Amino acid sequence: MEGSVAYDNGLNLKATELRLGLPGTHEEQQAVSSSTVRNNKRPNGESDARNETAPPPKAQIVGWPPIRSYRKNNSQPKKTESEGVGIYIKVSMDGAPYLRKIDLKVYSGYPELLQAVENMFKFTIGEYSEREGYKGSDYAPTYEDKDGDWMLVGDVPWEMFITSCKRLRIMKGSEARGLGCGV
Amino acid sequence: MHKKTAFSFPDEVLEHVFSFIQSDKDRNSVSMVCKSWYEIERWCRRKVFVGNCYAVSPRMVIKRFPEIRSIELKGKPHFADFNLVPDGWGGYVFPWIVEMAGAVPWLEEIKLKRMVVTDESLELIAKSFKNFKALVLSSCEGFSTDGLAAIAASCKNLKELDLRDCDVDDLSGHLLSHFPDTYTSLVSLNISCLGSDEVSFSTLERLVCRCTNLRTLRLNRAVPLDKIANILRRAPQLVDFGTGTYAADLRPDSYSDLAGAFSSCKELRSLSGFWDVVPDYLPAIYPVCSKLTSLNLSYATIQSPELIKLVSHCPNLQRLLVLDYIEDSGLEVLASSCKNLQELRVFPSDPFGVEPNVSLTEQGLVAVSSGCPKLQSVLYFCRRMSNEALVTVAKNCPNFTRFRLCIIEPRTADYQTLEPLDVGFGAIVQYCKDLQRLSLSGLLTDRVFEYIGTYAKKLEMLSVAFAGDSDLGLHHVLSGCESLRKLEIRDCPFGDKALLANAAKLETMRSLWMSSCAVSFRACKLLGQKMPRLNVEVIDERGPPDSRPESCPVDKLYIYRTVAGSRFDMPPFVWTMEDDPSLQLS
Repeated sequence: MEGSVAYDNGLNLKATELRLGLPGTHEEQQAVSSSTVRNNKRPNGESDARNETAPPPKAQIVGWPPIRSYRKNNSQPKKTESEGVGIYIKVSMDGAPYLRKIDLKVYSGYPELLQAVENMFKFTIGEYSEREGYKGSDYAPTYEDKDGDWMLVGDVPWEMFITSCKRLRIMKGSEARGLGCGV
Repeated sequence: MHKKTAFSFPDEVLEHVFSFIQSDKDRNSVSMVCKSWYEIERWCRRKVFVGNCYAVSPRMVIKRFPEIRSIELKGKPHFADFNLVPDGWGGYVFPWIVEMAGAVPWLEEIKLKRMVVTDESLELIAKSFKNFKALVLSSCEGFSTDGLAAIAASCKNLKELDLRDCDVDDLSGHLLSHFPDTYTSLVSLNISCLGSDEVSFSTLERLVCRCTNLRTLRLNRAVPLDKIANILRRAPQLVDFGTGTYAADLRPDSYSDLAGAFSSCKELRSLSGFWDVVPDYLPAIYPVCSKLTSLNLSYATIQSPELIKLVSHCPNLQRLLVLDYIEDSGLEVLASSCKNLQELRVFPSDPFGVEPNVSLTEQGLVAVSSGCPKLQSVLYFCRRMSNEALVTVAKNCPNFTRFRLCIIEPRTADYQTLEPLDVGFGAIVQYCKDLQRLSLSGLLTDRVFEYIGTYAKKLEMLSVAFAGDSDLGLHHVLSGCESLRKLEIRDCPFGDKALLANAAKLETMRSLWMSSCAVSFRACKLLGQKMPRLNVEVIDERGPPDSRPESCPVDKLYIYRTVAGSRFDMPPFVWTMEDDPSLQLS
């Protein structure tokens, strides 16, 4: 079994550890196929806590365990509404051939979000001001809210934004400039 | 000597007699008695089930059964559920809709599973079938709420719209608002898989109000808890209800409102939904628990104590779906409270975690097998198992019809003895003589397949992963399992020999799936040549199989019997092995 050999408390645990498989064989004898890329895990009952430096992440096998994709996100009981699964929204940019999807939960505020979107589509948004919107570029980031209205990104507090934003659209050109001019 | 004349009824009498015969198997037997019975039967068959949409062409079906009112089709292989079938493989329903639109205008019911359905197909359905009553889409994809809106708007006699686990492109088109104000025939509505935030609650309430025959209503996650009470009060006749998000800020008035609404539903027998459960609101369903026969808590991320309390209130439960948060302790309570339990499914809350996050082991399964004498169907995800436990379960439950065990880590041995689990699964097939479906997991050698081939005579579907040592394993199954219809295998060292030796068996089955095994391209070609009534499909995203040596194993193989020949809608990564050697791939 590869992975760290623990000598923490002077014991060579590898020599005494339980392994899957008949004695005298070693794991590689099992049929190895391209879809089985994984770490060898220790069987239950062994305490890993004190031994390693963080074990290398377990590489996932395609389609295993056999559960449907909509069942995969049930790991943590949700205590408050703000924990749990991400808020995925579609991001479109005028002139770009396809849309992207982002998780609003991973950003802590507008600057991070806008930076990410700029990187994604390779462009720059201008400077935001409450009065004049986004100045200094041809683009304005807008979003569709729960009521179906198109709003300028940045006008409402961040927490309110992430719960009401349904999709993002980077407007270009004259349409964008129209939004930037106050009212 | 009098000549014995054949005793025959007029056709109408025979037709009337046949109308009492509903099962497909019996209908097929009737049609084989003689030519005249074949003719009479085919004109009065009203329902057709096609287990593999590529096994027969739509034209052939309609030609033989011109007066059908209901059709059920299945498309992709089962392993498509776990992303093993690449996108674009096939399973398109459109050609079927086109044929039926022209030839079977009185079609009332369409049921599809694992098929690709487009908005175009849905619009054609809406336009073509004037008396359309039921659309059931199970694990389908390829359509949006626009297509569904066409159905809602046009089908005046629609009774059932059931979208089970579909992947729907939710365009927030206010689906429900497309049902006309005059529309009242809805009996069953399942929109639980829709993702949209936009559900107009007033539209929903009005729909529920005017459809007084509504029996089944399964909402989606977007419907918040505080809207449920109003809906339930407008539909106290509901038998099957699926909540949306079961979470809200705790307020005494909204709690009592909800509890009151549930108690007004005297006919309620089945509950599901329960996303994002706030445990304090769960007791609101206690008024209906004593009559519940089916409970789906598989999205409810609540801990064992709450689950135990809930389950103890449901003595008549026949079917339970739950996460492994229930733990062994919860399953022990289930075993003592729910003596009518027939089906149990325990799903993993943390399927990719390396260490167990809950205390759910083989003990829970043993407890349920011991306490629930009517248990027939089990799906159980866990992290450890022993032969001893499996033998106990087998002896406790000889009436099992479906047993699917998934030990999360592949090739996990018996945790007590470190032996393979051959003996345990062997006991299952030996004691459970009526077993129809079996899924294996854990460390398994060829021996388990020997047991299966010897004992599992009623087995119709077998799923195998990371098991076996050699072709002998596959040979045992193909030569021994007389009732086998579907076999799906992944990551096993099964190669050419067993497959070629049992080629004839494949024509008696619906389909065989093998991925990441050791079947060579040469064997696939041979099989395709030898067996003209099989489609041997090689699925390989690495590129054309003939760009590699013939002895190279193919990535994925899907073999199915067919009277329709090769299909024409294959994507670039699928090759059908031709039965004419002169048409070999160059």
